[in-house]
Amino acid sequence: MSQKIYVSADSSALSLGAERVAVAIAKEAQQRGVEIEIIRNGSRGMYWLEPLVEVGTPAGRVAYGPVQANVVKSLFDSNFTEGGTHPLSLGLTEELPYFKRQTRLTFARVGITDPISLQDYLDNEGYKGLMNALRMDQANIVKAVTDSGLRGRGGAAFPTGIKWNTVLNTPSDQKYIICNADEGDSGTFSDRMIMEGDPFVLIEGMTIAGIAVGATQGYIYLRVEYPHAHKTLNAAIEKAYQAGYLGADIQGSGKHFDLEVRLGAGAYVCGEETSLMESLEGKRGLVRFKPPLPAIKGLFGKPTVVNNVISLASVPIILDKGGDYYRDFGLGRSRGTLPLQLAGNIKHPGLVEVAFGMTLRELLYDFGGGSATGRPIRAVQVGGPLGAYMPESQFDTPLDYEAFAAIWTVLGHGGVVVFDDTVNMAEMARYSMEFCAVESCGKCTPCRIGSTRGVEVIEDIINGRELVKNVALLRDLCNTLLNGSLCALGGMTPYPVLSALNHFSEDFGIDENAEAA
Amino acid sequence: MTERDNMHSIVQEITERFKAKPGPLLPVLHAVQDALGFVPAECVPDIASALNLSRAEVHGVISFYHYFRETPPGKHTIHLCRAESCQAMGAKQLEVHVKSRLGIDYHETTADGSFSLEPVYCLGNCACSPAMQIDHDIYGRITAETFDEIVNELGESA
Repeated sequence: MSQKIYVSADSSALSLGAERVAVAIAKEAQQRGVEIEIIRNGSRGMYWLEPLVEVGTPAGRVAYGPVQANVVKSLFDSNFTEGGTHPLSLGLTEELPYFKRQTRLTFARVGITDPISLQDYLDNEGYKGLMNALRMDQANIVKAVTDSGLRGRGGAAFPTGIKWNTVLNTPSDQKYIICNADEGDSGTFSDRMIMEGDPFVLIEGMTIAGIAVGATQGYIYLRVEYPHAHKTLNAAIEKAYQAGYLGADIQGSGKHFDLEVRLGAGAYVCGEETSLMESLEGKRGLVRFKPPLPAIKGLFGKPTVVNNVISLASVPIILDKGGDYYRDFGLGRSRGTLPLQLAGNIKHPGLVEVAFGMTLRELLYDFGGGSATGRPIRAVQVGGPLGAYMPESQFDTPLDYEAFAAIWTVLGHGGVVVFDDTVNMAEMARYSMEFCAVESCGKCTPCRIGSTRGVEVIEDIINGRELVKNVALLRDLCNTLLNGSLCALGGMTPYPVLSALNHFSEDFGIDENAEAA
Repeated sequence: MTERDNMHSIVQEITERFKAKPGPLLPVLHAVQDALGFVPAECVPDIASALNLSRAEVHGVISFYHYFRETPPGKHTIHLCRAESCQAMGAKQLEVHVKSRLGIDYHETTADGSFSLEPVYCLGNCACSPAMQIDHDIYGRITAETFDEIVNELGESA
């Protein structure tokens, strides 16, 4: 039997040369007459080791990394196809502490299966959740999701089951399921990893959602910056149709669910659900007023569930193992697991799925290994470009929605961007305002105009012009943005700006006494 | 067939293919940009009439989204990430290098038509910052040296 070799086709692995590695392995194997089968899996999420090459052995998968094409010959010389020792040997993948310490529920199959093999998905517990759902009535499916305590993983953390229940109980001739795959937050890539590494779990989650609320059409609104995810999703959707997991009569149940991927076009604000629906309808992505809630009047005016990729991808395991199983992970009102993403200036960047409750410090040092440059970590931005900057004094905060909210920070979509002590926080605050100006949809005046004024005021502060007056002006402007914007873009840009100002005032040229004056 | 006739027939084929879909405008604009490299102003009336929209509505959508372009791109389009994670790993210094190496600013194309430069706010490659995308290929942990190598490999640099 030919030996199975795994080389990831995840776009981050590809960005580091995984394609050239896979080609080199295939070529070398052919020349040496070694029979191998190369499987292009998703990523295990240990990106400092990518391109990671794994070999299936009776003891489990043995890993080598990071591998570049020019070391492939020496890998063969070391007989790596039988798990031989090499300077790049890492041992058994699943024994690596970074991996072993995680609780992989949503990411159970990512990096393990061939993403577009339906058979692989079925062989690894796939579609068990859907088969259970097909035997349940709609209210009970919704109840299982409510009981699991699952909250929206996109950032807003709204209870998923409550949203579904509203759509279920709103009568309509047509309802929709939308998967928000417009993952635009810097420092986040978990949605991308799911879509590239285990697309069927998202398709299954959306199908369950459709059956639960009585929606027959689903859309995945995918950002255009994810071409590999686009290809993988379309390939998986086609297979799901062929095998009767999508379409008019799902597995002979008479239930109907159609699914289509729609591409965004580079607008960050379209990650906001009402703006996303405008975009799907073919319009400018202007934010809508709420109410009406999308669950009552959403896409094309019909009741619509809008959920993030991770939320929907967590549904199959809940329907497979029950709401209680999922709820038993986590703490307080934050139940289950959260796929965190370590990025920026960090030694061991990657995906860390753990139950809620670990502290930020453990994540940064025990998993992340400190900064990539070896310098002290000075600031961490959690929750994307609208998340607050956290100084070292806040690193002991547990990763939990309420604990973060209590200190005016956000967990958001779980992205963690690390900065060392060379960062200038006044520059980062200026950038936050600039980003808001570039991405504002223009509907609310505080966001449309305030962001540009914000850039100017911060530049004045950086240049030391009328410091006291301008700092007061900046705080006042942030207050207007905070209270006078319809969506999170304008409403939360003050988080990074004010947290930078409050925790790192020295970068703004302010000494404590001057500000008090 | 003139270039203009060719463009009309491409746009017609695309609008026919998508117009029965609900909310067809973005898929149509993507298909036009995939086929022509940009969305020429001359296409707007055709798209508008095929989808029963006003020209202003179509133009408004094109101008709202950063990805749609109204001018022809260079042979290769470089999307350089400006977001926080990449900044934490030196994207600002890289940006200075890229602009001086190509001799252009964002939203511009090199004089020989080889490269267009666009900013992008996150490629989801934050674990391998700084990142960029050239055409459909994504690159991670870019340094000034690797950028030069890649651009040289792609050929006709400035």
